[in-house]
Amino acid sequence: MSIEVKNIHKQFGNFQALENLSLKVESGELLALLGPSGSGKTTLLRIVAGLDAVDKGQVLFGDQDAQNQKARERGVGFVFQHYALFRNMTVFDNIAFGLKVQPRHLRPSKVQIREKVMELLNLVQLEWLADRYPWQLSGGQRQRIALARALAVRPKVLLLDEPFGSLDAQVRKELRLWLRRFHDEFHITTLFVTHDQEEALEVADRIVVMNKGRIEQIGTPEEVYHNPANPFVLSFLGNVNLFHCRLAEGKAFIGDTALDVPGLSVDHPKTAKLYVRPNQFKISRGPGKGDALKAVVEYVNPAGTVVKVNLKTENGERIYVEISQDEFNQLRLIKSQQVYVSLKDVTYSEYVQDSI
Amino acid sequence: MHEPFVKKSILPGFSLSLGFTIFYLSLIVLIPLSMLFLKTSSLSFKGFIDVIMDPRTLAAYRLSFGTAFVSAGINAVFGFIVAWVLVRYTFPGKRIVDALVDFPLALPTAVAGIALTELYTPTGWVGQYLNVWGIKGAFSPFGITIALTFIGLPFVVRTIQPVLEDLDPQIEEAAASLGANRWQTLTTVILPIIFPALLAGVTLALARAIGEYGSVIFIAGNMPMKTEIAPLLIMTKLEQYDYAGATAIAIGMLLISFLLLAMANFFQWKTSKNLGKA
Repeated sequence: MSIEVKNIHKQFGNFQALENLSLKVESGELLALLGPSGSGKTTLLRIVAGLDAVDKGQVLFGDQDAQNQKARERGVGFVFQHYALFRNMTVFDNIAFGLKVQPRHLRPSKVQIREKVMELLNLVQLEWLADRYPWQLSGGQRQRIALARALAVRPKVLLLDEPFGSLDAQVRKELRLWLRRFHDEFHITTLFVTHDQEEALEVADRIVVMNKGRIEQIGTPEEVYHNPANPFVLSFLGNVNLFHCRLAEGKAFIGDTALDVPGLSVDHPKTAKLYVRPNQFKISRGPGKGDALKAVVEYVNPAGTVVKVNLKTENGERIYVEISQDEFNQLRLIKSQQVYVSLKDVTYSEYVQDSI
Repeated sequence: MHEPFVKKSILPGFSLSLGFTIFYLSLIVLIPLSMLFLKTSSLSFKGFIDVIMDPRTLAAYRLSFGTAFVSAGINAVFGFIVAWVLVRYTFPGKRIVDALVDFPLALPTAVAGIALTELYTPTGWVGQYLNVWGIKGAFSPFGITIALTFIGLPFVVRTIQPVLEDLDPQIEEAAASLGANRWQTLTTVILPIIFPALLAGVTLALARAIGEYGSVIFIAGNMPMKTEIAPLLIMTKLEQYDYAGATAIAIGMLLISFLLLAMANFFQWKTSKNLGKA
């Protein structure tokens, strides 16, 4: 089932949490709401779930207005960051809860409930924990039980509020891959909130980047990463280096150095900001054909799939570069070494009004 | 290898503090308690049974424990509501209401007793309306129950309050999103979690009510066999210099109270062992 919110406003005291926000989540889609804390993403999720009320605007499930539906009538599965499991109940009873509270004429029989719960435990691969209590489980296990509990009532949509936020890195990676596989199998419309760009890029079909109660960009992970709509999206999705420069004669002048900038045409001179991803640099040991920025290696960290290099240019600017292990082996970079840096590409450029 | 009797701890002063604790408890609790038994032992066993099985004594026990139970039950319900309101809502004057809860603890019990009696006599502010309905306010078991409810309230509220404050509102939201209505959420999620604390609070209120003297004697009317509570009967015996009889009645109360407390603790342990920390 699709979810649509139209022109939503929400204010907490003087704080504008959401401002005229509209968004459509397509049926069967896995959509990530990504943004820094205070960007309104959790508020949006809670409004869709019916846990918070809107000041103005509409929430639609399919084409039905959810205005007068309470949280318990909306048929959403909600998963909380801190699990919110019922600690007075076993894992089994936690998952069965949603079925047991149904009105008598809809409630499945005890046998059916047992079957359903075991099926869900099987789905999250935790059958052997049925009789344990929540405090006896690890964080990752608790979150999987919380997911199973939310799925027990066959929700029309699944809402996840930073579901992996309080887990350690290893478990977090494992669970997000599990979520992706689960979604590929069942295609339940899923909206999930995260502040972790890596998580959003890895799991989601589409990403909604939010900031200060507004949407900055909506797009596939590829789109938002490679074609960011503005500097906020750009810097939120991964590391980026910023250069203030003057563009003229097809080149970027940074200080006295005239760098070639591939893919950037300049008709007449202007001042600009260039945003360059760490992998868009070329480092050489000696000066090449064109001009290059002279820099000194400050720090090298070869641990990982890419080698991270911190450089300091002649005029004191710092550049963060990532190169492949192969390149690193050829260059044999060491600390305090003099290198030359040129641009392979630029992710985003912004023209600045000349003040003169 | 045997486990050492006392696990080594990096905190110093275990033997000193344990020694002090035992000494202190002996001085304050155990020695007076053993005096009670010593005094009673001047009676023969038959004499002891005669005192505690006397119809007047039995009536006093029934009254004391009966009214204490009813008042503790009333406090369980309304104390929970008061604690809930104080934890969950903000409203103007909340601090004053919160302070009012402690009032029955701070007020001298005799003052409370006189005030309540004034209110509930057939000509009092409240008593005159009860009188219309044919209910006797003061000088009846009903009046005693009112006094005991009054003094027991803070025990229930103050024991539940911190547990309610720790209760994550998200578990209620989780229950709601799973389709539970408010009543189901209350009975299947909230009450089981706070039950051990509620039981502890009610037990405290009960224990206090069983032994309460000051606030009750004014409102009770103290008619033997009808509105004479056990602590008053002890007082009466003392005034007649029947020390052994007085301590015998006291021991009867003590044994019943002890049994009740043991049961309460058992249930508390049973209901809280699966709750874990968080």
